[in-house]
Amino acid sequence: MSLLEVDDLAVHFGGVKAVDGVSFSVEEGEVFAIIGPNGAGKSTIFNLISRIYQPTHGTIRFDGQDITALKAHDIARLGIARTFQNIELFDHSTVLDNLLMGRHTHRATNFVQDILHLPSVRREERAHRRHVEEVIEFLELEAYREKRIEGLPYGVRKVIEIGRALAIGPRLILLDEPASGLSVEETQDVAFWIEDMRRDMGLTVLMVEHDMGLVAQVSDRVLAVANGRPLALGTAAEVQADRHVQAAYLGSPEAAA
Amino acid sequence: MPMAAHLMEVLQLLIGGLANGCIYGLVALGFVLIYKASEGVNFAQGDMMMLGAFIALGLGNEGQLGLSFWLAVPLAIALMFGIGWTVERVVVRQLFGQPQFALVILTIAMGFVFRFIAGSIWGYSPLVLETPFAGVNLSLGGVVISLADLIAIVVTLVLTVALWAFFAFTKVGLAAQASSQNQMASYIVGVPVMKINALTWGLSGAVATVAGVLYATRGAIDPNIGLLGIKAFAAAVIGGLGSLPGALLGGLLIGIIEPIAGRYAPGELAIMSPYILMLVVLVTRPGGLFAQIHMKKV
Repeated sequence: MSLLEVDDLAVHFGGVKAVDGVSFSVEEGEVFAIIGPNGAGKSTIFNLISRIYQPTHGTIRFDGQDITALKAHDIARLGIARTFQNIELFDHSTVLDNLLMGRHTHRATNFVQDILHLPSVRREERAHRRHVEEVIEFLELEAYREKRIEGLPYGVRKVIEIGRALAIGPRLILLDEPASGLSVEETQDVAFWIEDMRRDMGLTVLMVEHDMGLVAQVSDRVLAVANGRPLALGTAAEVQADRHVQAAYLGSPEAAA
Repeated sequence: MPMAAHLMEVLQLLIGGLANGCIYGLVALGFVLIYKASEGVNFAQGDMMMLGAFIALGLGNEGQLGLSFWLAVPLAIALMFGIGWTVERVVVRQLFGQPQFALVILTIAMGFVFRFIAGSIWGYSPLVLETPFAGVNLSLGGVVISLADLIAIVVTLVLTVALWAFFAFTKVGLAAQASSQNQMASYIVGVPVMKINALTWGLSGAVATVAGVLYATRGAIDPNIGLLGIKAFAAAVIGGLGSLPGALLGGLLIGIIEPIAGRYAPGELAIMSPYILMLVVLVTRPGGLFAQIHMKKV
């Protein structure tokens, strides 16, 4: 059984078919990339999986469970975390608080214990703090721990968002264009982190990315989409060599016909 | 006037002002609650206070339902929690994704509706809430403090600390703060944003009722007392919209400056004094005394 199974997924906004009959499955421990030209429906697929959009038809299964009818706030509890193309952080809070917010679903203490700040609450807080410190160490965010998000450079905020997703303690992490706007060195860091996530943390990674260098370096399999429809599925080299994929990116006499 | 008598008079003014300021502070807390949860302003906050006071009066007064005061007040608080909750679920939620200003217009309109409802049930002439401690005064070395004033001060302090702890420590309180900053990010870390919003509106209805009851223990009420919300809004702004202790401090400052200005300054200036204070604070500290908004480093 695959960890994530997407079957005949479609979402129509009025007459626009943003995603139209996409199926794929992601195996546990795999790095799976979705590529495609702008407006192909890549981020829309992410928004469907994280339950922000409601599909017109199709199903999404995670670890065998149908999650198509769940709400956006149920997804983190199942072990699915994500980042956003345009970075969605708690801008008025510190880096530490942003990461700690990732532990939200793991807080087991109740209201009364919380407000009295009982020893059980403090014990739990220390455990969450330890978990978050591991993430900070992994992503080398030590220098920014107490800094507020607003005012931090774009590249750093991008990493913090990955950190918050990791703080959730997920089995599947969705990265929406993790390398966009990053320098060559920063992109290389992202490649190493993705490899470590898989190897050391046992995570499954699903990412949308334009940087074919990064995609080729880290992905096991690649799905190319255009105009909401799947074009090709295979290794990065196979997909890049695909005639339909090249036509979708570059245009061709056949495509125009 | 001899010096000692003069001092006594100022002390007396201060105590009355402090109790008044607590009411402003509580209504301001309601503003801050909504602001913390949705970064919007509820201009019906004062009218929710009025409605809460009338519901307590309707439940407790002889000739109305006639329940015991100690039963009527918790019941009124629970009812107003329900009304706040319902208002969010039925009306405010429809504005999801609309500009902030839509909420301002909506809540101003809601204020009119609340005033109309209270007016059509209880009429427009002033009514007095019957309380077990009406007219009881304590004397502390020449300064007289009414039991109602003392209760207003104590209840306000306790409630402010409780709300502060709620937002600082509890899972729900932290989730509310998170969703005020970024709803999308809140969803993906597992915060049920809609539920949290409804809860916050319920909470602000409950806090408004406490304010309303405390107001009613100190004088008669009519459907227009909600206009006090304007002064309370000034208090919230002075404190730095978004800060609970700031709201209380803003309320207390306005409460104290009013009677002092009323005693020593010309009449027109006394009426304007809360707003002059707000202006001075905004000019010197644009984010309020407990600023939550920080200057962006460039």
